[in-house]
Amino acid sequence: MPKAFLVDTTRCTACRGCQLACKEWHDLPANATKQRGSHQNPPDLNPNNLKIVRFNERMTKEGVVVWNFFPDQCRHCVTPVCVDVADMAVPGAMIKDKKTGAVLATEKSAKLSPGDAKAVAEACPYNIPRIDPKTKRITKCDMCFDRVSAGMQPICVKTCPTGTMVFGEREEILAVAQKRLAVAKERFPKAHLVDMEDVSVIYLLAEEKEHYYEYAGFM
Amino acid sequence: MTNHWIDIKNSDAVLIIGSNAAEHHPVAFKWVMRAKENGAVLMHVDPKFSRTSARCDFHVPLRSGTDIPFLGGMINYILEKELFFKEYVFNYTNFAFVVGKDYEFNDGLFSGYDPKTRKYDQSKWAFEKGPDGGPVIDETLKNERCVFNLMKKHYSRYTLKTVSDVTGVSAENLLRVYDAFCATGKPDKAGTIMYALGWTQHTVGVQNIRASSLIQLLLGNIGIAGGGINALRGEPNVQGSTDHGLLYSSLPGYHNLPVSTWQTLADYNKANTPVTTLKNSANWWSNRPKYVASLLKGWYGDAATPENDFCYEYLPKLEPGEDCSYMYVMDKMYHGKIKGGFIFGVNPMNSFSNTNKMRAALDKLDWLVCSELHNSETTDNWQRPGVDPKTKKTEVFLLPSAHRIEKAGTISNSGRWLQWFDKAVEPGGQARNFADIFVPLINKIRDLYRKEGGTLPDPLLKMHWTEKFEPEEWTRRINGFFWADTKVGDKEYKRGQLVPAFAQLKDDGSTSSLNWVYAGSFTEEAGNKSKKRDASQTPMQANIGLFPNWSWCWPVNRRVLYNRASVDLNGKPFNPKRAVIEWDGSKWIGDVPDGPWPPMADKEMGKLPFIMTKDGYAQFYGTGRLDGPFPEHYEPAETPLDSHPFSKQLSSPVYKFHTSDMDQMAKAADPNYPYVLTTYSLTEHWCGGGETRNVPNLLETEPQLYIEMSHELAKEKGINNGDGVIVESARGRVEAIAMVTVRIRPFTVMGKTVHLVGMPFAYGWTTPKCGDSTNRLTVGAYDPNTTIPESKACLVNLRKADKLTEIA
Repeated sequence: MPKAFLVDTTRCTACRGCQLACKEWHDLPANATKQRGSHQNPPDLNPNNLKIVRFNERMTKEGVVVWNFFPDQCRHCVTPVCVDVADMAVPGAMIKDKKTGAVLATEKSAKLSPGDAKAVAEACPYNIPRIDPKTKRITKCDMCFDRVSAGMQPICVKTCPTGTMVFGEREEILAVAQKRLAVAKERFPKAHLVDMEDVSVIYLLAEEKEHYYEYAGFM
Repeated sequence: MTNHWIDIKNSDAVLIIGSNAAEHHPVAFKWVMRAKENGAVLMHVDPKFSRTSARCDFHVPLRSGTDIPFLGGMINYILEKELFFKEYVFNYTNFAFVVGKDYEFNDGLFSGYDPKTRKYDQSKWAFEKGPDGGPVIDETLKNERCVFNLMKKHYSRYTLKTVSDVTGVSAENLLRVYDAFCATGKPDKAGTIMYALGWTQHTVGVQNIRASSLIQLLLGNIGIAGGGINALRGEPNVQGSTDHGLLYSSLPGYHNLPVSTWQTLADYNKANTPVTTLKNSANWWSNRPKYVASLLKGWYGDAATPENDFCYEYLPKLEPGEDCSYMYVMDKMYHGKIKGGFIFGVNPMNSFSNTNKMRAALDKLDWLVCSELHNSETTDNWQRPGVDPKTKKTEVFLLPSAHRIEKAGTISNSGRWLQWFDKAVEPGGQARNFADIFVPLINKIRDLYRKEGGTLPDPLLKMHWTEKFEPEEWTRRINGFFWADTKVGDKEYKRGQLVPAFAQLKDDGSTSSLNWVYAGSFTEEAGNKSKKRDASQTPMQANIGLFPNWSWCWPVNRRVLYNRASVDLNGKPFNPKRAVIEWDGSKWIGDVPDGPWPPMADKEMGKLPFIMTKDGYAQFYGTGRLDGPFPEHYEPAETPLDSHPFSKQLSSPVYKFHTSDMDQMAKAADPNYPYVLTTYSLTEHWCGGGETRNVPNLLETEPQLYIEMSHELAKEKGINNGDGVIVESARGRVEAIAMVTVRIRPFTVMGKTVHLVGMPFAYGWTTPKCGDSTNRLTVGAYDPNTTIPESKACLVNLRKADKLTEIA
């Protein structure tokens, strides 16, 4: 049975517990960062940060401040383009696990030529894959494949204190998503679920996706 | 908290003011979200739009230091529109008490003010006394000196116009909050107020909180599910350490520290034990002598006897009015009057206001002992930037400290729950927890006294002490023991057995308890209740998220304080849908009630709900605070204004301050320091960051000191997002990175534009290139009641930096 996540951004407080837990579980070292005038740090996904919370603030025409939080990660697409593109160069570099639906970059991804690796990354509609300059491997969220295979929740979901993130069987999560959407619509008429049919990580946004992040949604 | 975290979900209106709850209580914040899910309106009133604001229905920007006008306006609104809960106000508050003729309020000053000492004679504010010495109560309110009439008059000055002028909040935004929150003045509605250091760190900190209690009492929101005034405590165990008398001015269990005029225990008890004339007042503090005797018995054991006042004479005694809070200790140190000492569990060289003075003060020490996980700005003070270590004489002993997870014990959470935690791992290397440092140290001193004698050995030698620290043994001692065989009801207790509750504590030396509020937490019958993790509950308890068998809560496992105010005179809940307690005709069901007595309709046995006040009524007007019986607006000690609409008294007439050469202050509306600075912490760092800056993954997320400012101010100053900035106050200079944001906006105050900037205080020089203490800017002006510095509001100037030396 494929799995799915719901990321209900109307509940997210950007505590970054998920961002930190991801690093801790995957034993990834800290980057040397700088304050650049934003709370979003590191500024982007990188081989040491497979998940980051993106911050987007603006003042509306009505003078209301809106601060949106977007915990960004691989969507584990139902039909992953990255796998197709990688297969053309190095079969098995990117795979989709049938059981969980996890899209994984394998050791073979290091064998992709720089051009092919770039093509894989650029094929992603959500701007997720990053290439590790040291190992040459493609790096991205692995759905905590080890944890999920052992019957546990991904560490980001386990860590989330506000119920923003929910993980489970796809059918169950789709139902939860619809329920949450109905609740969110009471306060946010433009609330919607992003690319629900095509992804395993379904975002519930309160307003148009461009107010979160350029690559928040594809459709 | 009067209530507890889960209970927040029962609220219809959540007002977060003086707190950044989502950032500082990220896990517990889920209960706020639960309230929202249940349909509550969430409001955040704060100078800056934060991650808390992002999850609220709306955010209202408030100029830092103007909470009292904001709340005073709400009090006026409630009174003018008669939105208060009449049955509650009428039966449970001192609204009809008559105030004595000496009380006056003129142009910002209450009666009894002495400008030379900057102190009030609080006796001028006393209530009128009847022939029996008790209060004069006029429920007709014909007497113009009734509390209700005085309150109405006092707050009639807090109009939408005056409040808006001084706070910088538009009238529209004021009404938005007032309407939403005052809708809870109905019997079946609940509103909660959540605050934290955003209220306490002001020269009017205590009165900020007092103002909230006036509102919550008017609306009938105290004692009910989803109501209350909820101080958010946290990981540093503020609740537990306050309960146990960490502050110099109190003994464990909220008893005053003795002063020199109370030489005997009888003197002490007489001065600290209130007497009521009202039959239906429980006057709980009339029990104080039992608790103090039991505390002394706990400290001195068999050496404490009725004949020797239970060793009361061994307690240190302050001179009346003497202030030994940390700011005064540091001032003494600065003046060379302290030779050495211990600094544990705090990093003053980063976290205390006016840090440059603190650092200079620490230089005066001959010796210093610290226990830390990491080197800190305090442990390494003598080698701070710009200082030649050779010129500093202090000998520093740095003891390696165990981490929280390397020890066992209890923490008391915001909701007063006593929760046991186990040791997860052994401390690394030679690290020890504080108790394993202190206990052997005290034993060494005891040995020296025994061998060599010395001045006043008895306070140490006669202690009921221990050779080795065992955390659970102290949990037992805190609960307390019988020191003589005793019969309680049908049950017999032997000497050495645990007391079952504080009702059994005596003033004759037959019981001990190191803290009466915790008596009942560890019993012969149920063991260590802080270890309880049983989610069972009755349907009535389940309805409001009350888990009586999960941990234990002081007092006597009462989860909602003042819960007798949630029911009418017959013991029936004002809101049956969210009942906390109910009288079933013979007993109370639900939560543990505030005392066993029947409802007030029983004229013989019934008691008033506010059992900790002398006369049983909640106090709109109170004589106990040093700065006035009603909260009144005063500007911060450093203010961008030279006048305000409420009185000619610009700042608090009684706030405390120091006068050394390093205690400089900007003058009112100082053109050299035109901007308001407020300071805070953030989710990713813990307090001053002494621990978290040493966790690389946390530092990755928030690596360097920043200053949040509006686009308008940035434009005015030619500063771009990410630029280096120099910030200066009358006391210091700090470098930071500009974070130019819509989340801070200019205020229009008294017709002029006032810019506010905000900075975290989590950065210090021992973490390379991250910046240094923001508190070098903050002011040495303190609340008169608590001596907490006004770190939330001071004045600064700023400019774009040509180059940075503290940040790279």
